[in-house]
Amino acid sequence: MDKFKKVAALMLLGMCFSAAAAMAAGGGMHMEKADIDPGNVSSLQRGARNFMNYCAGCHSAQYVRYKTIGKDLDLSEEQLIDNLMFNADKTYETIQASMPSADAGRWYGVTPPDLSLMVRAKGADYVFNFLKGFYVSKDSPTGVNNLVLAGTSMPHVLWELQGYQTASFSTHENKDGSVTTTFEGFETLSAGSMDAEDYGEFVRDTVNFLAFISEPIRSDRRKLGVWVLMFLIFFYILASMLKKQIWKDVK
Amino acid sequence: MARIEAEVGKPQGGFVTWIDDRFPMTSTLKYHVTEYYASKNFNIWYVFGVLAFVVLAIQLLTGIFLTMNYKPSAADAFASVEYIMRDVEWGWLIRYMHSTGASFFFIVVYLHMYRAMLYGSYKKPRELIWLIGMLIFLVLMAEAFAGYLLPWGQMSYWGAQVIISLFGAIPWVGDALVEIIRGDYSISDITLNRFFALHVVLLPLALIALVFVHIVALHEVGSNNPDGIEIKKNKDASGKPLDGIAFHPYHTSKDLVAIIVFLMIFSAVVFFAPDMGGYFLEHANFEPANLTATPEHIAPVWYFTPFYAILRAVPDKLWGFILFVTAVLLPVFLPWLDRSRVRSIRYRGWIYKSALAVFTVTFFMLGWLGTMPADGLYVLMARIFSVLYFAFFLLMPYYTAIDKTKPVPERVVYHG
Repeated sequence: MDKFKKVAALMLLGMCFSAAAAMAAGGGMHMEKADIDPGNVSSLQRGARNFMNYCAGCHSAQYVRYKTIGKDLDLSEEQLIDNLMFNADKTYETIQASMPSADAGRWYGVTPPDLSLMVRAKGADYVFNFLKGFYVSKDSPTGVNNLVLAGTSMPHVLWELQGYQTASFSTHENKDGSVTTTFEGFETLSAGSMDAEDYGEFVRDTVNFLAFISEPIRSDRRKLGVWVLMFLIFFYILASMLKKQIWKDVK
Repeated sequence: MARIEAEVGKPQGGFVTWIDDRFPMTSTLKYHVTEYYASKNFNIWYVFGVLAFVVLAIQLLTGIFLTMNYKPSAADAFASVEYIMRDVEWGWLIRYMHSTGASFFFIVVYLHMYRAMLYGSYKKPRELIWLIGMLIFLVLMAEAFAGYLLPWGQMSYWGAQVIISLFGAIPWVGDALVEIIRGDYSISDITLNRFFALHVVLLPLALIALVFVHIVALHEVGSNNPDGIEIKKNKDASGKPLDGIAFHPYHTSKDLVAIIVFLMIFSAVVFFAPDMGGYFLEHANFEPANLTATPEHIAPVWYFTPFYAILRAVPDKLWGFILFVTAVLLPVFLPWLDRSRVRSIRYRGWIYKSALAVFTVTFFMLGWLGTMPADGLYVLMARIFSVLYFAFFLLMPYYTAIDKTKPVPERVVYHG
């Protein structure tokens, strides 16, 4: 009997196999883990400060309202207005870039993308490594290139903090004559106001904030989810008892 | 009518009698619920029909509320979805339920179809139930495809671009057909509007009507069971099947437990992993549709990937399309491809069991391959598994005919 259990086991096996294969196939370029902590409110507050001071000049976050930030980051209306709202009057307003997008398009060739959903679209690790991945390049009009997004139009906005670095690459000729370029490491060219560790923390806070604005409801939904599951467990117990009672006479 | 006229002015019983004289309420409830007898030995595979019904209800309800705030226009669609996610009260929950519901619809429907393959539920006299079910599956695919365009993200746009352009491979009428589907020379505001109309009116109506017919057909012939035995063959003096128990309260109380377990899994995804690692909500769909930038890797949502892998395994566009459509339609013919004398896998021989096992792995592997880039080893694997997929169906008349079956017992196996 119970042949279906065997088949079910086979199906599970198939699923595990697919999942393992999918994991093995992932990877690609090595990325440092962003390792953000969405529950750390002070990290999010620092990230908000960093975002407003260094990102919001050019980038909008057009779906994000200031009051959402205030509510979830424990900031009062005064604190919001005094510290974060540089080009807005009311807390229900959304975050708009200070730079007119028409000018941005003319200056950089592209309009700086909206950052409301950047972390959901690209992943926290991607943004983290992008912000740490600028290196000096003579070929670029901005003087820098990026390890994560080669040929980016974005200049190294955080150069005062990180300083400038160069990237070293090694080339390897394959059997078929094609050349593989491998990234070897960064070397500091000129130091910024922060050391590598502090800069890493600065970027981590910023990415944490970007992750927060990409889905502000995240922590609420997880909290609510616990209650929903607890209710369902309770409901399950009642329903099982009911089923047992009704099925008593089924022989 | 005669009775109503004859008894004018006299007491006529309660409210139920009043209704029953004018509408077949009690008799319908008896026929479909309290006196619909189904086998007592249903196992877990028999909950997915009810669960599909639950998911349909979730999708209809959440869909109505999404429609209240969604804007079907190329300029506003993406922003209106974010508006629902951020500014509409409980909008995030409604939207996550709907997006998670889409994936769960396919999970339960695939398992529901697989149940039929395990226990031969499509075999005589249930061929028509199976055909209606396959029609539901096709409408569901269309519904999911139309719905996926609505958020107007990068993957919505480019996924639709790829799938719609497939119809261009049809000789003579292909290009005209593609234009008719899009309503434009490329996917545009017009396409979005017509997909919205199909997604919220025509296709849900078709789904509801087909589900109704599916259940009416089922109740006419009666449910199959894990032993594949006709329970109507053994009836007691009152004409009630000996191995059957009433749908209500027996199966309903059991289904309630299953529904709660299902809701636990569903809620776990909605509240803790609504993206499902990019499988339920694809990362690229959090970027608005950009007509000038093709994403480097376009993959349809997971529930289409087994068929997508077959499409890409063929180097020729037209043949790829033909095999893609054939792969989707082949299960339609199962009632006639399967020549086995028994229904249930419990009494089938090793050949069918092995074939079904290989098919199961094949389906998962094709699903996975459909999400991977189409190059090198992946293409080779997709070709091998595509051959296995078709072989399962096309060779079925032979291997099910020669497969040695075991004797089927008189009564269903039930251990209480």
